Amino acid sequence: MTTLSPGPQLSARVAPLQAVQQTCSLAWRTLVQIKHNPFELVDFSVQPVMFLLLFVYVFGGAVGGSPHAYLQYVLSGVIVQNSLFTTLNTATGLSTDLDKGFSSRLRALPIARFAPLAARILADVAKQAWAIALLYAVGTIMGFRADTSVLAALAAAGLVLVCTLAFAWILVWIGMLMANPEKVQIFGFVMLFPLTFTSGAFVRTTTMPGWLQAFSKANPVTLLAEGARGLLVGGPVAVPVIESLLYAAGFITVFAPLAVLAFKRRA
Amino acid sequence: MTVTTSAWAASAITARGLTKRFGATTAVDGIDLDIPAGTVFGLLGPNGAGKTTTIRILATLISADAGQATVHGYDVGRQAHQVRQLIGLTGQYASVDESLTGLENLVLIGRLIGTSRTDARRRARELLAQFRLADAGSRAVKTYSGGMRRRLDLAASLVGRPRVLFLDEPTTGLDPRSRAELWDTVRDLTASGVTVLLTTQYLEEADQLASQIAVIDAGRVIAQGTSARLKAQTGGDTLDEVFLALTGHGTSSAAIADDRQEVSR
Repeated sequence: MTTLSPGPQLSARVAPLQAVQQTCSLAWRTLVQIKHNPFELVDFSVQPVMFLLLFVYVFGGAVGGSPHAYLQYVLSGVIVQNSLFTTLNTATGLSTDLDKGFSSRLRALPIARFAPLAARILADVAKQAWAIALLYAVGTIMGFRADTSVLAALAAAGLVLVCTLAFAWILVWIGMLMANPEKVQIFGFVMLFPLTFTSGAFVRTTTMPGWLQAFSKANPVTLLAEGARGLLVGGPVAVPVIESLLYAAGFITVFAPLAVLAFKRRA
Repeated sequence: MTVTTSAWAASAITARGLTKRFGATTAVDGIDLDIPAGTVFGLLGPNGAGKTTTIRILATLISADAGQATVHGYDVGRQAHQVRQLIGLTGQYASVDESLTGLENLVLIGRLIGTSRTDARRRARELLAQFRLADAGSRAVKTYSGGMRRRLDLAASLVGRPRVLFLDEPTTGLDPRSRAELWDTVRDLTASGVTVLLTTQYLEEADQLASQIAVIDAGRVIAQGTSARLKAQTGGDTLDEVFLALTGHGTSSAAIADDRQEVSR
């Protein structure tokens, strides 16, 4: 090959390690905003705690016999619900980046196409770890007792985080397709709200009509809540955990490429 | 790492029959360009003429429906990654993160293109000083004035020392002093061998900076040459006059639908 070329040495593609570094740099960008605006921490702390208090003290007696009995049941459900709802923030955040032109700046840089998307997901999952810790703490103050072990409780948190990370790609894909953050917010909410409520996250599915039970049994939210519940207060663990992880693998396999493709095509 | 240098071409930018459609609108309609390295080339035209769409294709942000374009010999479609290592982009749509500080924005870009933390900080401070933002570097960008924002945008596109710089209407909305400063920066960059492709609605700006100007209307190049030649050819002194002489209509009637397309993104 000729050596007369005066051009700089250019790489032909992003190496995998570089892509990971780029993702981490962009995740830092999302997390460092908490340093500038510590109130953001309050933003994603208030809602989960509010949901837990309302569910336990308003519905607890009617649904679970007593607030305390219901707390044992519902804590895992609130953790799962809150984590899945965070993916809506992930999608609207990315949609805002598209709207404001920050994404154009990133896309003109020689970085992996998935890095901006994966980074936002990663940063929001990190925020989620905080919310889960907070829910454990508030739950404990309210009288929640994990009947298993510390290790199992950590595994429950890990399971929820991994599944959220996978599930987020669906919302991110939607975020890439919708015209603006407002539409992402509306569409995402209309999708997430029924999905979490037609699950076993908050109530046992046995009192639902037959057709809904059938749906609910296959609902990934049910499986994830059951898996986390099993790890926290006992009950079946292996089957719901494995099925949740299979769902997670499926979500990443299908929706991560779709989301990246939609991001590349976004004009 | 895979390294390729074989494609390097002396021409900084070439385009052949570049075409882009949005639905029924043809925003770019067969544009040809040939821009030598180290020069400033001006794309002059009214809103909606297809200037921004052209730049977005050349900067690898959108793909052309037909035609071909290269940056230093690298195809903007098939070799987008190589092209991205050569270019910088500044425009109203290629913004920085408003909630980060100026310094953080520049360090972030440095880190993304693979510089070490120390080098990224050094380069960021150097650029902040160069663009009179040293004092504002630790403040969130949302507190910046319009002129400061624009200077930071430009600094952000220079972090990677690009060989080719795209400036999309760089001085729209700037006061005369900031405009003159930006012009000086562009001249300094060209003196150091950087090629600049800028779009503008002002003939004066193209006149000041560009060695060659292409006048664009409805996605086509309708005239090309030095600004002196364009003025002589049309007898006009402003874009409006040049435009009227070339097209028989004023600048405001150009492709309204296309304008909507460009504004909506």
